[in-house]
Amino acid sequence: MPEAMGFFTDTTLCIGCKACEVACKNWNQLPATNGGVTEMSGDSYDNTRKLDGTHWRHVKFIEQFDGPYNGRWLMMSDVCKHCVQAGCLEVCPTGAIIRTQFDTVVIQADVCNGCRACIAACPFGVIDMNPAAGTAQKCTLCYDRMEVGLEPACAKACPTDSIQFGPITELRERANRRLVQLKAQGEKRARLYGDDPNGPLGGLNSFYLLVDEPEVYGLPKDPKLPSRNLKQSGTFATASGAVLGLLALVGLRKRRMDEMN
Amino acid sequence: MSDTFFTASPHWRWLIILYFFVGGIAGGAYFVAALLQWFGRPEDRPVIRTGYGLAFWGAIISGTLLTLDLGRPLRFWHMLFQSENFPSLMFKSWSPISFGAWAILLFGACAALSWWEERRERAPSLVAKLIAGLGGLFGFFVAGYTGVLLSVTNRPIWADSPWLGALFLASGASTGAAALMLFGRRRGASETSIRWLESFDAQALMVELVILIVFIASLWPIRQVWFSFWGFLLLVGVVLAGILWPLRLHFRPSGGAGFRNPALMVLLGGFLLRVVVLFASNSVALRHVASGGG
Repeated sequence: MPEAMGFFTDTTLCIGCKACEVACKNWNQLPATNGGVTEMSGDSYDNTRKLDGTHWRHVKFIEQFDGPYNGRWLMMSDVCKHCVQAGCLEVCPTGAIIRTQFDTVVIQADVCNGCRACIAACPFGVIDMNPAAGTAQKCTLCYDRMEVGLEPACAKACPTDSIQFGPITELRERANRRLVQLKAQGEKRARLYGDDPNGPLGGLNSFYLLVDEPEVYGLPKDPKLPSRNLKQSGTFATASGAVLGLLALVGLRKRRMDEMN
Repeated sequence: MSDTFFTASPHWRWLIILYFFVGGIAGGAYFVAALLQWFGRPEDRPVIRTGYGLAFWGAIISGTLLTLDLGRPLRFWHMLFQSENFPSLMFKSWSPISFGAWAILLFGACAALSWWEERRERAPSLVAKLIAGLGGLFGFFVAGYTGVLLSVTNRPIWADSPWLGALFLASGASTGAAALMLFGRRRGASETSIRWLESFDAQALMVELVILIVFIASLWPIRQVWFSFWGFLLLVGVVLAGILWPLRLHFRPSGGAGFRNPALMVLLGGFLLRVVVLFASNSVALRHVASGGG
């Protein structure tokens, strides 16, 4: 059994070149949007805007400016988190979403029927439909490349090693060393997100080094599995059904009594 | 801010709204018809027959709508059988969309058998009554599981409250009874049957109203989602026109058509409830982090 593999993304090293986005689209042969004509976002230097079925990598530009000179850029190459406890895999009604031997989460395009339950279940808004395929799609962590011992296209293309690929245990050690280094340099806000195997979703196989609150990067503070609501919601629905059934029976009995009188 | 605001919309729109609406009516109508078959009187038979008919056609329409909404409709059977290991069954007891697919299938089978048996116009056998009992439970299940399905996601509103299943089930009961009032009259339903249906519909509406209030209260931490067109539609279309107005008409009948017909208004309210619940959540776009949005 191979080791669990994944990404460690050090956002402090990202320069926003989007080479990872291009490499991902290129290797996975993802179609262009809008017939290849660039659509400007209009309010950001980032024109990709979000992860979806044809953008499995997205470099987020967090442009925090107060006037033309006072501000900062944060950049983060976002991708599927390959959660150890994956909400998408949990709800998928066709069995299209599987966990691979590398502990990554992959959607099998020939099994998915496009019901879109996984899109609503993902706590990170990662998955979306690929309109060309009619199925839900997302990063596979380049499963085809990993099977032959190659690193994923995005990590290969990253010119600053902001995206690092490898065994999760090794990546965690590397991330912790980098965290200590940054704090020693005075970056007190530095923190790891998704590295804790005892944390939310059992840890993320694609985890991050951030220098602000997760919400600033568009990441939920405490991502959860969708099934957390199943028991309570089912109980309340059953109780309301019981009340309505009882009311109907009482009404029928009353009708019978009225007729007898 | 709720963590659900960082998620993406599944683009469930009109086909799913129609499915939720039709499935609720079908489930509610079958449940009422089954109760009348078990505990009703001979003069209730036109209502029973109408209920099974509504359930049968509702199940057919529901399955069709669900299939058409898929990105790859011809793969609808992947929800029932393992496509790579046919004929092994595909079933996840922890995934509402998975067990829901089976529930619709079994509900449809019960509805077909009950409708066929009822159309033979003979005294119902014990087997027919047992099928009706089982189908009645499936009916309420189909009416309510759609709300549970929405709660078992990570989307705003849906996953922020555990009350959607109960709300949809109560709405299924009220719209099912309303549909029986509407169609039952045309199929020779007796006055006593209609009066009982009106009484049950009023009770279901009151239960629905209480659950709706609890549902809204449970969403207090994300109350900003209601300061929108969808909040307005919830108040005017669902609460006022779809619950309070027909309740008034039930207690003080004015005997009219259109908006003076309580059954029609209940059906309108049930439809708008699903429109509001789906679109209010869909309108919360994936949070963009740009331009200092943070």
